[in-house]
Order: sequence, then structure tokens, then C-alpha cells
Amino acid sequence: MFDDSNIIVGLEIGTSKVCAVVGEVTAEGALNIIGLGQSRSRGVRKGEIVDTAQAEEDIRNAIVEAEQMADVEIRSVYLGVSGGHIRGFNNRGVHPVVSADREISQDDIDDVIKNAKAINLPAENNVVHAVRQHFFVDGQDGVQNPVGMLGSRLEVDMHVVHGNTNRLQNSIRLVKGLQLDVEEIVFNGLASSLALLSGEQKELGALVIDIGGGTTDFVVYSDGVIKHTGVLAVGGDHISNDLAFGLKVPLSRGEKLKLEHGSAIVDEAVKGQTVAITNELGLTLKTVNVEHLQRIMSLRLEEIFQLIAQDLENAGLFDYLRAGVFLCGGGARIPQITRLAEQILQMPVTPGQTNSVSGIKSALDQPEFVTAIGLAKFGSFKNRKREGKSGLKGIIGKFLQRS
Amino acid sequence: MKTETQIPASAIEVQTRKIKIFGVGGAGVILADALNHEEFAGAQFVVVDTDAQSLAASSATVKFHLETKLLRGLGTGGDPERGKVLAEEQFSTLKSACENCDVIFILAGLGGGAGSGISPVVARAAKETGALVLAFVTQPFLCEGNRRQSQAAQSFEQLKSVADGVICLPNQKAFKLIDENTSVLETFRITGGLLLESVRGIWQLLTRPGLIQIHFDDLCKLVRDQHSESAFAFVEAGGAARSREAVEKLLKHPLLDEGRALTEANAILVSLTGGKDLTMAEVNRVMEQIGRHCERAQIIMGAAIDGSMKQKLSVTLIAAKNAPVKAETSAASHEEMNLREASSRYGVRQAASALNLEQREQIVSRRPRRDKSKMLQTQLPLAIISKGRFDKSEPTIHKGEDLDIPTFIRRGVPLN
Repeated sequence: MFDDSNIIVGLEIGTSKVCAVVGEVTAEGALNIIGLGQSRSRGVRKGEIVDTAQAEEDIRNAIVEAEQMADVEIRSVYLGVSGGHIRGFNNRGVHPVVSADREISQDDIDDVIKNAKAINLPAENNVVHAVRQHFFVDGQDGVQNPVGMLGSRLEVDMHVVHGNTNRLQNSIRLVKGLQLDVEEIVFNGLASSLALLSGEQKELGALVIDIGGGTTDFVVYSDGVIKHTGVLAVGGDHISNDLAFGLKVPLSRGEKLKLEHGSAIVDEAVKGQTVAITNELGLTLKTVNVEHLQRIMSLRLEEIFQLIAQDLENAGLFDYLRAGVFLCGGGARIPQITRLAEQILQMPVTPGQTNSVSGIKSALDQPEFVTAIGLAKFGSFKNRKREGKSGLKGIIGKFLQRS
Repeated sequence: MKTETQIPASAIEVQTRKIKIFGVGGAGVILADALNHEEFAGAQFVVVDTDAQSLAASSATVKFHLETKLLRGLGTGGDPERGKVLAEEQFSTLKSACENCDVIFILAGLGGGAGSGISPVVARAAKETGALVLAFVTQPFLCEGNRRQSQAAQSFEQLKSVADGVICLPNQKAFKLIDENTSVLETFRITGGLLLESVRGIWQLLTRPGLIQIHFDDLCKLVRDQHSESAFAFVEAGGAARSREAVEKLLKHPLLDEGRALTEANAILVSLTGGKDLTMAEVNRVMEQIGRHCERAQIIMGAAIDGSMKQKLSVTLIAAKNAPVKAETSAASHEEMNLREASSRYGVRQAASALNLEQREQIVSRRPRRDKSKMLQTQLPLAIISKGRFDKSEPTIHKGEDLDIPTFIRRGVPLN
């Protein structure tokens, strides 16, 4: 029987495309991308499924394509989630160390983490991630592993990402309906940041902005841990819609104009230039002013960055981003976008490059696939952890899985 | 010695700023009467109405009874045209009543005959004397019928084009403040009260010596000649957490549409008045919170101390928005062009130009025109913005802004 325990699949059901990435974990634990499948998404708006039948078909197409390319059978996926309902916040858990010698044990750590996870969420919400940040021992900041340290009061900060249970379940159920297991759900922004950032960049502090079709996800790393996450339910779709409305063209034409003539900053050279919109016979139906087109786009993108900047400012994280800003998602392809982002955020902006992953070069270079690759990477981390927990439990677990 | 000389100096300044309060129409007279007590001792009250009874009951010093045989003592009968005709006849008298003033407040309830018809004329008379004209008006409840609504809307447009600033309280908004058991009388008292609060706020602004002074010029600049739509709120809070309470009250204020008026505003004037215990931290907290809601707006801020306000903090806020359709001003040639093109233009422009035409002719001839058919047309809701692809999905609301609407529309960036 073919052993597929080292095959990891990331599935992103995006607003503009469904993308499945197949990764293989090598013996050294590194991730190698061996397959990629994608399909145009038709049942998703603003990162959330609105048409299950369409979405199901699109997911199936993407999975089949990925299976063929990688020549494996996909059984389970790491599923990316996004949408305006997803929120992130920081929570602190406290635990008094009660042992006689005041030495902090693993049990204390488990307890404090449990306390930090006990958060007061609205009844209809569910935790997507609870990521540990740093420990505090008697108020001392920045402790990474307090086992063996002495102290009377142990605290831990957790970053909790949560979302509406029903909306999260929608995509999970859809995937399960295709006879695929969902290993875990992962916030898209988090996945993107995993694919883009190196350890050093996380340590220095970085902002990852994933401008997708329906949502813009952003994640802030500082001191090596996630400090802040956010979703703005505004994306490339909005740009197309703005263009369709502002230039009075059909939506599909707005999308096309965006791809062909779009720019994040109004180009001086296009002032007064027009583009003719022709019908299938080549007759001109309408002319569109390119300057207006770019102005509409520019305003929308400017607003997206301003809203993010505002959010970071409120969170007080602006001064901690020493590695700068990394862009990914389809929006990162917009010409001049890095310049616009630099103008607004006032720090170096780089189009993100997936690193520390090997495999198909064409896939790694595309900003659209960053999230899906990140999902696979998330899976590889989880896999490594699971394998680390060797021993009887692991073996029995594997045995049960196979039977 | 120095302090002694300073205090009278500011007192003189207050004295020089002459304020007249006009109550126009039935509702206006009642509102003006409600204001006529010692707090407003410096102001002169003038009431104008077609109904002798309401005038007789008023305590104002100057009363104008507009009456001709035409009305047979029955008032305007709810027709603003009649009110307007009467006011035009008495235009010179009204104008002389407005003379020697710096600020003129006009209080009126729009929708009926007298308030809607007369108040734009009074505003124009006041404006011609060179005073700053602020109109405080109510708009009728929706249940009062669409005729009154459209009359009120027309009159509101006219007022906007002549007065420096119009603060409008649609009575309908009072529904948020009342419950099932509130009597009709009580409801009108509430709406009247809200309007009076705004008058009081401006009054305080103009008369109280401020620590951080809002200059008379600032107020003028904010409301003058922009023909702006102003939203207004006046709140009071007490206790230890008064600054937070005041901000909360402001954001919930029915006149500010749950803070939406703040996000849309182009300019905001905030005036804080507190007792001697007003701290800088409180001022800062209030301003910070307000500033967060209106980042695009120019903010003018003032603070004043009132010894009689113990443990209390009152905040007056005026949010001015540039009117989306700018009414053409008095350039005659422009108007004539408008007249010629009126038939080929959109409804709004037609209404605006027709309006201006009428006004201009009235200015020129000082005579009522009855022979011409009414060219007034109610304003069409042209501001329907389709959200296209996102029409049926859940809107993305961020701080009161619907992000699904194209940014260039929300920010009012023109694409010619």
C-alpha cells in the first residue's frame, strides 16, 4: 500500500479561484511542492461560500487537477478560511505556581495555557487558532520556555483567532462532502505569513498583507510571534466592481480592464488616454478614460492600506515592523502597488516570495499561490509535531488510521 | 487690576455681538417663547406669524402679524405660497427688524404654511442686512402626509440657499427617543427640546468667555456660504466618567444618525463647557474619541468654563457637510442660462434653478408672483448607488461606512 503519510495538501477556497497545493515532506522534514491544481471559483463572495453547488464543483476540479499533477490520491486537506467575520485578539492567562520549591513545571505551563484559552467568545463563535506568544514569570517579559525557572506567578499571552461557527462549518462540510478529511482549518493570513516570512523576519517584525479576490487578510509578526491578525472584507472584486460602476461597463469588462490597464498609482503618462471597448465584431461600443480607471483603483487600494494602517496604529504595532511589509495574493500583481503601499505605510514594502519551500518553480513565484503553499507548510509543521510525539500512542494512532 | 480690566473687556465683546431670535409660524413662536428666559437675556425676540392668537400668547418684545384680507383671519391654511406672498409684502419691515444685528436665529417648524413660507423670506431679509443667519427648523413627521413633507423639503432647500447654516431636526428621528406610551404633547416637547438645546449650544458658544476660544469667525466660516447641511448635537453629562458618558451620548445622539453624520462631515466644531473642575485630560479624551470618528473633517475646538456648572460637562457639536447638489448662487447670467436649460436638465437641477429664478425675480421686483405656474419640483433621490456584485451580500460596514460602495463615491472624488 502506498504510504501517503508524508503527503500534505493545502486547499484554499478563494473568491476568485480554488487552489489545491500538494506538498511532500522529505526525510529531513522540508516541504517540497509536487502538485498544484486550480479552478476558477464561482460560488464564493468576500471569502465566504454563497453557492454550495458551484463551489463543490470548483473544489472537485482543483483537487482532481492537483491529484493528476502530483500523481497521488488526496485524502485529507488543510483548509484555509477567511471572511469578514474572522477576528483576532490577544488574551492573557494567569496561573499561580503552587509547588513548594516554586519551580515551574510542564503542568504549570499546561495550566496557564488552558487559562489563556478560556476566553469569553460569543456563543456563535469558534476559535480557529490559539497561538502562544510569550510567557511572563513574575511580570518578567519575553520568556520563551519557563520550565525549570523559579517564580510564583506564571502568565502567558495568546493570540486567538476566532470566527462565526456556522460560516466556518460551511466550507468544512463542503470539503467533507467530497470525501476529503479536513485535518485542520487555518486562517488564510496566517498561512500566507508562514509561506513568506523567514524566522529572522518574524523576529524583526513584519506585516503580511494578502490582497485576495474578496478579502484582504493581514498578519503582524513581532519578536517571532503573531501579534495581530485582521480581515478586511474588501479585495480585488471590489476594484472590479468599482470600475464597473464608475466607468459604466459590465462587471466582466471591469475585471478585464483592471487586469489590462490597472495601476495602483495614477500614471502620469496615461493622462488623457482612452481605451476603446469593442464588441465581438470589433466595433467600438464605448471609450474609457484610463486616468479615471486608474484613479478609481488607486482610491480603493489607498483606502485598503489606510484602513490597515489605522488598525495597526490602534493596536500600537507600527513601530515594531522593522522587516517591513510583504504583499501577496492576486492584488500584489497590480502595477505600482508596492509604491502605493510604501507611500501610505511609510516603510519598505516587498512583493512576497515564498521561501524555504522547494518544488515547482512556476507555483512558487506566483503571489496567488502563497496562501495555499502556506497551508501545506502549516500542515508540514503539524506533521512534524505529530511525528515528534512518537511512542505507543502514535503507532496505535497510525494503525487505527490505516484500518 | 489686570484681571479686573480683562473681564469687562470680554463682557463688552459679548455686548457687541447682537443676537436676535426670530420665531416664525406657530411652532416657531412656541419655540421662541420657550427660550425667552433669563439665560437668553442678551437676545431680542421677534415673532412672526399669520395667526393672531398665537402671537397674542407670546411673550416676545416684537411681534409681526402678517395679515391681509385675503386670509380672512384664517392664517395661511397650510399653503406656504400664501405665507411667502405675505412676507414678501412686508419685506422691508422685516428687513428693518433685522438691522443692527450680528447673528440672527430663525426658529420654525417646516411643513405648514407660515413656517415654510415665511422663514426663507425672513432669512433672506436677515442676510441682506449682513448678519450671520442660522436657521433651526423641524421637519414634520412622516405620518403628517407627503404634502407637508414636500413643502417642508422645498422650504428647507430655499432656506439652505439663503441662510448661512440650517440645522434641521426631522421629527421622525424623535421616534427613537419615545416609546409606546409617550403622548403627542410630550413628543412635540421632546423634538422642541432637542432644537432648543442646539440654540442653547450656539448661544453658549457665542456668549461665554472661552478658555480655548472659538472665534466668531470660526463659526461663520463653518456655516457661512457653504450652504451646508449641518447636523447638531448638544449633550450634557455629569459624574466621574462624564467625558466618556458625553462621548457615548454624542455617538448615540439621534441627530447624528449614530455617528454617521460625523464620518460624513467635512468640518466639525466642538465646544466643551464645564465647571471649574474641567480637566485637560477630559477635554483630550472627548476630542480624541470624536476625532477618531471623523478623520477627514477639519475640527475646530473650543472649551469654556462656566462657574455654575458643577461636576457637569456639556458638549456642543456641529457637523457640517457640503451639500451634494450646490444651489447656484445669485449670479444672474448663470441663472438665466439655467432657466433656458431647465427643461433639458435633471430634476434636481430643474428644481434648483426654478427656485433661484423665483427668488431672483422676487428680489428684483419685490412683488409676489402669482400669475406664473409653480415650477417647483420636489427633489428626486438621485443618490441611489448600486453595489453591483455585492448588492445581496452582507454589507461590509467599517466605522459607519459601507465599504462596498466605491471609494471614489464615498470620498466625493469627481470624475469628469
